[in-house]
Amino acid sequence: MSKVAYINVRLLDPASGLDGLGALLTEDEAIADFGPSLFRASSGWRVPSGIPIVDGKGACLAPGLVDMRVQLREPGEEHKETFKTAGEAAVAGGITSMVCLPNTDPVIDDVASVEFVARRARKVELAKVYPYAAATQRLAGKELAEMGMLAQAGALAFTDGVQAIADARVMRRALAYAATFDLLIVQHPEEPTLAQGGAMNAGETATRLGLSGIPREAEVILLERDLRLVAATGGRYHAAHLSTAPAIEAVRQAKRQGLRVTADTAPPYFALNELAVGDWRTFTKLSPPLRDEADRLAVVEGLKDGTLDAIASDHAPQDQDSKRLPFAQAAFGGVGLETLLAVALELHHNGALPLLQVLGLLTHKPADILGLQAGRLKKGAPADLVLFDPDAAWKVVADRFRSKSKNSPFDGRPVQGRCLRTVIDGRTVFAAEAQGG
Amino acid sequence: MNANPFPHRHLLGIQGLTPLEIGHLLDLSDGFVDHNRQAEKKRETLKGRTIINLFFENSTRTRTSFELAAKRLGADVINMQVSTSSVVKGETLIDTAMTLNAMHADVLCVRHPDSGAVKLLSDKVNCAVINGGDGTHEHPTQALLDALTIRRRKGQLSGLLVAICGDVLHSRVARSNIYLLNAMGARVRLVAPKTLLPAKAERLGAEVFHDMAAGLKDVDIVMMLRVQNERMQGSYIPSIREYFHFFGLDYDKLKEAKPDALIMHPGPMNRGVEIDSEVADDFERSVIREQVEMGVAVRMACLVVLTRNLPSAKPNHV
Repeated sequence: MSKVAYINVRLLDPASGLDGLGALLTEDEAIADFGPSLFRASSGWRVPSGIPIVDGKGACLAPGLVDMRVQLREPGEEHKETFKTAGEAAVAGGITSMVCLPNTDPVIDDVASVEFVARRARKVELAKVYPYAAATQRLAGKELAEMGMLAQAGALAFTDGVQAIADARVMRRALAYAATFDLLIVQHPEEPTLAQGGAMNAGETATRLGLSGIPREAEVILLERDLRLVAATGGRYHAAHLSTAPAIEAVRQAKRQGLRVTADTAPPYFALNELAVGDWRTFTKLSPPLRDEADRLAVVEGLKDGTLDAIASDHAPQDQDSKRLPFAQAAFGGVGLETLLAVALELHHNGALPLLQVLGLLTHKPADILGLQAGRLKKGAPADLVLFDPDAAWKVVADRFRSKSKNSPFDGRPVQGRCLRTVIDGRTVFAAEAQGG
Repeated sequence: MNANPFPHRHLLGIQGLTPLEIGHLLDLSDGFVDHNRQAEKKRETLKGRTIINLFFENSTRTRTSFELAAKRLGADVINMQVSTSSVVKGETLIDTAMTLNAMHADVLCVRHPDSGAVKLLSDKVNCAVINGGDGTHEHPTQALLDALTIRRRKGQLSGLLVAICGDVLHSRVARSNIYLLNAMGARVRLVAPKTLLPAKAERLGAEVFHDMAAGLKDVDIVMMLRVQNERMQGSYIPSIREYFHFFGLDYDKLKEAKPDALIMHPGPMNRGVEIDSEVADDFERSVIREQVEMGVAVRMACLVVLTRNLPSAKPNHV
C-alpha cells in the first residue's frame, strides 16, 4: 500500500463546491480520503508515521485538468509533437487527462488506431490520453466511420477534427447514426465555403493588414444548420472552440429548447482579440481566427452564464517551418497545454468568474460531456490532482515550453497562476523546481 | 346472399384492408398450401384468364411465384420484364397501361421501383392489379405470405410480439408487415440504426429500438430485412463489418428472443451481413424456405379473389 498525505492545502472541488483548508490522502491510485478535518491536530497537522507528506503550504489542490481538445501530431508529424512531449507539457500545465483529435497520419478511424493511442499513452505514463475517432472515414466528410466499434474500442466521441463535417446530409446521418449508440458528435463549426482562403477574422484589422478574411458568419451558419439537424435526429452534439457572439447565442437558445448540445471555447477567444495579430504575427493565426472585442466579451459572457460548458487548450503544435511564413501561408493553430491554467485563471483574477467556476470549466464539466470518470475530488476516484498557486506571477516564455512546438499566441504575456505539482493515479508526474521531487 | 368477403378491384396495399378481408385471404391461401403439396397441382379455376406479370424492376423470386400461382390455377401467363431505363416518364407508364388494356388482360401483377406507380397504372386499366412491390411503399403479397407462415406455425397472429430488424428505411416489406400485423392484433417492434429508420416510424404503429438485444427481448418472431449493401456502405451504415456486429442476427443476439421464436427473411439473404448462416439455416427455427412456399399459395388466393370481382366473372367460381 503506498499512501501520500497532502496537508495544508486549499481543497477545491468545483463539482461539489468544496473550497477550504484541509488535507487529502491518496492510497495507491485512488483518493482515499480528504476534508478539512483530515490529519488536523490541535496545533497543525498530524499524519500517521510512515506516510510520506506533501505540505502544500496553503496552495490549491484541485482535480487535475481535463483538456478536451488536443492535437498530438503523433503518429505522422512527430517533428511537431509526440505523446511524450505533449504528455510532459500537459502535466507541467496541471492537465491529467487530454482528449486527442483524430487528424493524425494515419487518421484515427479504425479500431487499431484507437488502440494505438491507448497503448502509447500507457507507455509514456504521463497525462492520460483518450482519443476522439473520425466521424467520417479518412476525415473525407463522405462515408461514416465505424462509430459503434470505435466506441467499443475506446473512442470517446466522433469528430472530423479541424475540419467541419460540411455536407448537410452526411452530418444528418452522422448525428443519427451516432444517436443509435448514444454517441457524441463534436463539430468544428465553420462553413468551409465561407472560410476558404481566409487568414484571419474578416474586419477592419484584416482590411488594414491586407489579409483576406474569414467572416464570423461562417461559424454561426454551420452551427445553426447543425442545431436543426440535432433537433431532427435527436443526436448529441458538441460545438468546439466557439469564438463569436451569434454562435454562442445560438447555443444558448438551443439549450433553452432542450437540445442535447454542449460547447467549449479556448483561452485565445476570451483572452485575446484580433488586434493581437498586430503586424502579421503568425503565432496568432488560429482556427477559428481571433475575433473582435465584442465577440471576446460574448465568449466571457457565455462562460459566465454556462452557455459554454468547458475550456479546452485547443493545443495545435506547429513547427517553425509552418509558422515562419507570410501570414497567409502560415499554418493555423497555437500550442496551449502549458498556458491553459494560467490564462483561464485570468477570468478569476479580473473578476469575471469565481475561482471554482473557472476550475469547473476545466475539470468535471468537460469530463461529464465525454463520460470520463475524472475531474472530481471523490473518495475512490482516481487520484488525478493538481496542486497550484493561483496567484504566482510569471511570464510566458514559449522557448521554455516542454512542448516540441513553441507557437504560442501568449508568448511574452504576464500571467498569474502556476502549477506546482501534478499527480496522476497517485503518482507525482510533475513537480515545479521549488517544490522538489 | 352473403356480402363479398373481399370487395376490392385491386390489391395495391395492406393499408385499407380490414382484418376480416386479410383473414379471408389467409384462409383461402391455407387451402392452397395443401393443394400445392399434391402431385396434381393444376386447377382450372382461372382457365381462359390472361395474367400479365409486368415487372419494371429485376426479380426472380416474386415473378416466378406469381407465374406459378397463375399457372396452377390454369390461367395463361405472360411475363413482361421492362427495363426502367427505357420507361422513365409517367406518360410511357400510362401508354403501357393502354397497350395492355387493348390486349384484354384480366390481372396485372406489377412491380415498379417508384412508390405509387402501381396505383397510377391501376387507375388507367380495366383489369385487376396486384401490387408486387412499388418502391418503398408496399409489398402486400409478401406481408400476407409472412402472416400465413406465422399463423400456420403459431396458430394466430393476435398477441404475438414481432421484431422487424434492419433496413426499414428502404423496405416496402416492413411497411406492409407493420400494417398487417397491427391490423391482426400483433405488436410490432422495429430494430435498426437511426440512419435506417424512416421519419416518424413509430407513427406507423411500432415501437422503435436501436439495440438488438433490447429489441429482440421476448419476441415471438424475428423478421430480418435485406440490406442493399451496394448503396449502403458509408452513407447509411459505416461498413458491413460494423453492421453485422451490431445488427446482424446471430445466436448471441437471438438468445434474447423467446426460445421458440421464428426467424424470417423475405429473401434474397445476404449471409454474414444481416443474418448469420447458421441462424438462417437453423432447421428448428428458421422458416425462410417455408415463406417461399406460402408465397405461391397466397398469390393464388389473391388471383382468385380479384378475378371473382371482375365484371366478366362467372358466379360459380371457387
